[in-house]
Amino acid sequence: MNFSRSTVQPASFAATNAVFIGRSIRHSLRNVEALMMAIILPIMLMLMFTYVFGGAIDPSGDYVNYVVPGIILLCAGFGSSSTAVDVATDMSNGIIDRFRTMPIRSVSVITGHVVASLARNLLATGIVIGVALLVGFRPDAGIGDWLGALGLVVLFILAFTWLFAAIGIVTGSPSAASGYGFVLLFVPYLSSAFVPTSTMPSWLQGVAEHQPITPVIETIRALLTGTPVGDNGWWALSWCSAILAGALTWCAIAFRRRSGRR
Amino acid sequence: MIRSAIEVVNLRKSFGKQAVLDGISLTVGKGSIYALLGPNGAGKTTLIHILSTLTAPDSGYARIEGCDVVQDRNAVRQAISLTGQFAAVDEVLTGRENIAMMARLSGLSPAEARIRTNELLRRFDLEEAAGKRARTYSGGMRRRLDLAVSLVVDKPVLFLDEPTTGLDTISRRSLWEIILQLKQQGRTIFLTTQYLEEADQLADEIAVLSGGRIAATGTALELKARVGGEVIELRNAQDEVIRAIPTSGDVQDVRRALNEAASACPSDTRVVIRKPSMDDVFVALTTDHPIESKEATLA
Ligand SMILES: Nc1ncnc2c1ncn2[C@@H]1O[C@H](COP(=O)(O)OP(=O)(O)OP(=O)(O)O)[C@@H](O)[C@H]1O
Ligand SMILES: [Mg+2]
Repeated sequence: MNFSRSTVQPASFAATNAVFIGRSIRHSLRNVEALMMAIILPIMLMLMFTYVFGGAIDPSGDYVNYVVPGIILLCAGFGSSSTAVDVATDMSNGIIDRFRTMPIRSVSVITGHVVASLARNLLATGIVIGVALLVGFRPDAGIGDWLGALGLVVLFILAFTWLFAAIGIVTGSPSAASGYGFVLLFVPYLSSAFVPTSTMPSWLQGVAEHQPITPVIETIRALLTGTPVGDNGWWALSWCSAILAGALTWCAIAFRRRSGRR
Repeated sequence: MIRSAIEVVNLRKSFGKQAVLDGISLTVGKGSIYALLGPNGAGKTTLIHILSTLTAPDSGYARIEGCDVVQDRNAVRQAISLTGQFAAVDEVLTGRENIAMMARLSGLSPAEARIRTNELLRRFDLEEAAGKRARTYSGGMRRRLDLAVSLVVDKPVLFLDEPTTGLDTISRRSLWEIILQLKQQGRTIFLTTQYLEEADQLADEIAVLSGGRIAATGTALELKARVGGEVIELRNAQDEVIRAIPTSGDVQDVRRALNEAASACPSDTRVVIRKPSMDDVFVALTTDHPIESKEATLA
C-alpha cells in the first residue's frame, strides 16, 4: 500500500478542542476508580454529615439545609484536584511532544482535561443535591437562584481545576501531583462550610472569614435557602475570577516553559 | 527553489554548563535518508528536539524546507512529523482511537479519519489489537502504533528517534522496509540510531555525533574508507577475536601489522583479513584510541 494522503489543512481550533475534550472524557470514563470516587464520595459525605455529625452540631434537624453548599464545594475541590494527576501524566509522557510538534494549539490538551473535570464535578454536584433532597434538604430557591448557584459552582470548579492543571504542569510527575489534592480537601473545613465561623476561636475566625471558600459557601447557601446574599456574592465572584485568571496565566506560562523552549 | 530539506548551521545547545551540541552543521537533501549515529548521551535527541521545534537552540540556526525552526515554528510544524525515542501513544485509548485522534488533530474529517485509521491498522499489522488499549501492547506493537500515528497525513520531513530500538529482528526489518518505501515517495527521513547496521542499510548519508560535534559524515562506504583499508583480525585457537589491527591496506602496512602481531601473539594465533565494518568506523571515530592500535589511520 502507499502512504499517500493529500496534504490537508491542520485541524481548526474548535476541532482541536473537541478532540481533546473527547479524549479526556474517555479517560474519565475509563478511570473506573476515580469515577467511583466522584460518585461515592458525595453520597458518603452527605450521609455522614447529616446523620453522624448533624445531630450533634444542630439538634433541630435543620443541619442538612446548612451543610449542602459545603459538601458541594468539598467534592468539587477534591474532584478538580485529580486534574493535576491527569495533566502531570500527560506531561511526563512523550505524547505531549507529539502534540507540540503538530500545527495545533497544543495547550488545548489541558482544556480537554478541564472540561472533563467540569463534567465529573457537575455530576458529583448533582448527586450531592439528589441525596440531600432524599435526606430532608428543603431548598427555598426560585429558578434564578438555582441558576445563580449553579453558575457560581461552575466558576468555582473551573477556577480550581485550572489551578490544579497548572500544578500538574509544574510538578510534571503524577505521584507528586496527587499529593497536592489533599491540601484543598482541608481548606473547606476552615470555612463556614460545616459550622458558622462564630463558633471558632477568634484567631481562626479571621482565617475562615477571609478565605475564598467562605463567601462562595455563604452565597450558595443564601441563594438556596432564600436569604439575602449581601456582599458575599461580590466577594465570591471576585475570588473565583481572580483565582481563575491567575491559574490561566500560570498554566499558559508553565506550559510554554515546560516545552523547553526559551 | 529550496534544494535541501534540512539545513543546520553552527547549532549550539547547552544544558547548564554542559555543551551538548557544540557547533553542529549539516545538510540533508530532499528525499534522502540521513542517519545520525552516536553513543548514549551524544545529543541525538537534543538535536531532533531542536529540529522539531520542541527546544530552542542557544545559537546557530536550523531550517526545515526553508523555514526557520524558531521564527517560523508553525510552518515547520506543518512540514514535519516526529516519532520520538519513547513511544508516545495514549495508553488509555485503544490503538484505533489513538490513530483516529491524531488523524482528527491533523485535520481529517471524521469519515476520512476512519478510512485512514483502517488503512494504517492494516499496514502496521495492528488490526487484531485495534480495539485493545495501548497499555496492553507489547513494546513492538507500541512502536508500530507510534509510527502509524505519525503517518496519518503526508509530511515531507520525518524525524525518527531510534525507531527500531527494542524491536526484534523481524519487526526491525519490516520497519526498514517501511522507511525505504517512505523514501521512495519522496519523503526526507532524518533518523537516529545506535545500530550501525541500520545506518549502513538505510542511510544515504551518515553523520557520527560525538562530543557535541559531528565527527564524520559520508556514505557508509566513504566512512569505511576513512577508517582505512583491510583490518587484520587475530583469533585464538577457540576462534575468538583477540585483537583487530586496522591497516591502510597497502603491502607495507599489512606487513608492519603482521610483524607486530607475530612478535606479540602465541604461535597458534590465526589471521583473518577483512574489510572494516561500521563498528570499526564507529569506534574509530568516537574514541581517542581507535580499535586497539594507537596509530589511527584516519585521513
Ligand atoms: N532537558 C535537559 N536538561 C538537562 N540536561 C539534558 C536535558 N536533555 C538532555 N540533557 C543532557 O544532554 C545530553 C544529551 O542527551 P540526549 O538525550 O540528546 O542524548 P542522546 O544522544 O539522544 O542519547 P540516547 O542515545 O541515550 O538517547 C545528556 O548528557 C543529557 O543528560
Ligand atoms: Mg536519545
